[in-house]
Amino acid sequence: MNSSVLLSITTFTYGLAAFFYFASLIFKKPLTGKLATWTALTGVTVNAAGIILRWMESYRLGIGHAPLSNMYESLVFFSCTIIIIYLVIERRYKTSVIGAVATPLAFLAMAYASLSPNINDRIQPLIPALKSNWLIAHVITCFLGYAAFAIAFGISLMYLFRQRDTEGKIRFLSHFPKSRVLDELTHQMVMFGFLFLSIGIITGSVWANSAWGSYWSWDPKETWSLITWFVYATFLHARMMRGWSGKRIAYLSILGFMAVIFTYFGVNLLPGLHSYGSG
Amino acid sequence: MYHSWWFQFLILLLTINIVVCSIDRLSATWKIIFAKNPLFNLSRFRTLSQKEIFTGRQSPKELSTVYETFISRQFGYTRVEETDKGLCIFAEKWRWTRFGVYIVHLSVILLLLGGLIGSLFGFKGFAMIPENEKIDSIRIRNTGQVRTLGFEVLCDDFNISFYDNGAPKEYRSSLTIIEHGRPVYKKDIIVNDPLRYKGINIFQSSYGKMPSGALQNKKIHKKDPSEDITLNFASKKSGKLYKIKAVIGKPVDIPEDLGKFVIVEYRKSAEFGGQNIGQAYMGILTPKDKEPVKIMLPLHFPNFDKMRRGAVVISVGEQQAKKFNPGEKSDQRYYTGLQITKDPGVWVVYTGFILMIIGIFITFFMSHQRMCIEIVKTGENSQVIVSGTSNKNKLAMQNNVKKIAEKLINL
Repeated sequence: MNSSVLLSITTFTYGLAAFFYFASLIFKKPLTGKLATWTALTGVTVNAAGIILRWMESYRLGIGHAPLSNMYESLVFFSCTIIIIYLVIERRYKTSVIGAVATPLAFLAMAYASLSPNINDRIQPLIPALKSNWLIAHVITCFLGYAAFAIAFGISLMYLFRQRDTEGKIRFLSHFPKSRVLDELTHQMVMFGFLFLSIGIITGSVWANSAWGSYWSWDPKETWSLITWFVYATFLHARMMRGWSGKRIAYLSILGFMAVIFTYFGVNLLPGLHSYGSG
Repeated sequence: MYHSWWFQFLILLLTINIVVCSIDRLSATWKIIFAKNPLFNLSRFRTLSQKEIFTGRQSPKELSTVYETFISRQFGYTRVEETDKGLCIFAEKWRWTRFGVYIVHLSVILLLLGGLIGSLFGFKGFAMIPENEKIDSIRIRNTGQVRTLGFEVLCDDFNISFYDNGAPKEYRSSLTIIEHGRPVYKKDIIVNDPLRYKGINIFQSSYGKMPSGALQNKKIHKKDPSEDITLNFASKKSGKLYKIKAVIGKPVDIPEDLGKFVIVEYRKSAEFGGQNIGQAYMGILTPKDKEPVKIMLPLHFPNFDKMRRGAVVISVGEQQAKKFNPGEKSDQRYYTGLQITKDPGVWVVYTGFILMIIGIFITFFMSHQRMCIEIVKTGENSQVIVSGTSNKNKLAMQNNVKKIAEKLINL
């Protein structure tokens, strides 16, 4: 048993969980809901085990480092955080409907990581720039933020779908949580994500200062993370100061996630200090 | 773009905006936070939609003493008041968290201020120091000005190591700080571990190879290959190994009557089969009664001469190869590229960072919570109405009210 087998199982399990969450959305049987939750829980356990095993394997190769050093490893970690955060929400708010957007996101991230020809899944040694204890703090906090924003994005999509169908024509939409709850959940997720994005940028900044002697260099990834930060700062001000809610907030959350996606993937097309995150 | 006037102007506008908005709002918040006697509006609590109502089996007076001790454990401030229908316990906590957002705004100002201090009183420069050389001034980035450091930086050594797959593993520069002609501080720096001296930071940034012209003047001179070279002669017949010292141009006699050998030249990078095999001596072997043959003795490959299948295998002594060849280096001279900075604003920025994290946490995850437990007399029993509000995250507050009500029932 090695980590790539475990991570392949993870991809499959997330796909299955997504299927069960959709089924429970349509048929509204408690059994399918329970099955979905257990599948997601299994998936995230295998996912975490895969990450830990990969960590150990890197030590066996004599190049030991936390598996957070390239695109493949970050995507695997991203999926893991999405599902962990989702399962916490499911437990706290006692609604499994959001699983129908969270598990497909995690599944897509895993599938992209394992199938894309541009992504190298081999364990590689750390280049000098990444040899720092800040690596773990920086990557974990950034991805907790990204995962929260991803879920906020999913909830906002659900909100917009639900709003469109005001007469309750589409059957499965009626199982969605109340609009007010979706709206509030988006807000909660964005607040959580904003805290961690801020910590992520700050740890990155302190790290950059100890590695390169400059805490801010306007590298494309830095600039785009700042843009993302501003979009969500706008979201929070609009909501708390101007009392925005509903559709406008949902659109802002979607816009914010587009910025996250560009920060994560798009920036790799531009040259910069974060180029090791691209392959 | 980020240094252009209009971008700086936008940052200035943002700063003014944050300051003005914060002051504007703070004047109102200030009064709430520093109110001597917190105001509670009973009618506001009564009109709240979410209330927990249950029946207590004691009189309002008895209940209120029990409840107050319980509530005061969770809330910083409690007060019991008489109402038109009975008693009322007011409680509140975390009033000060209303400051949270101003802490965040202050942190943004500190970040910008720190950046300003850095750009006014600090510098960012770059220096390239060849091995065994020193500098006392650097070039400032963007402007190209020369700036003296007040001390000298000597690069004793630069090393680069690689992983098996060819990816770089470590760039290491051994630096010595020299002040008034005397070395005062020594440190090996690698990426992620800079040298800091008198407020100036020196970071490993890049490296490069010196052009070979500079090489001949400096390093080769130091380690002249023409001085004694230990050669190994291994006789095939007897299996014996002979170590003989040789000098370029002077023939040596090989024992067992195997002939004469002379080193004719030293090559920095010899080629064999189209491949660079590094440093080597070129020599001529003249076996007894046979035609002379040209022989190549690469320093890295002691078994190279075995391929010739001659009566004697010649190689350069190991000690010699090591002395002359510490790694790949004597053949190539490196320079180290250093980023040298001074930034007195960095501590202001770091303070901003810490305040920002604390501030965001307070702003989003703590709120000014107010509770009202009204106890109304209804015959022998009392009716208890629990309600609460918060300035943020009202959903969580409702859950909180529910939990507190459940605990009160069981008291």
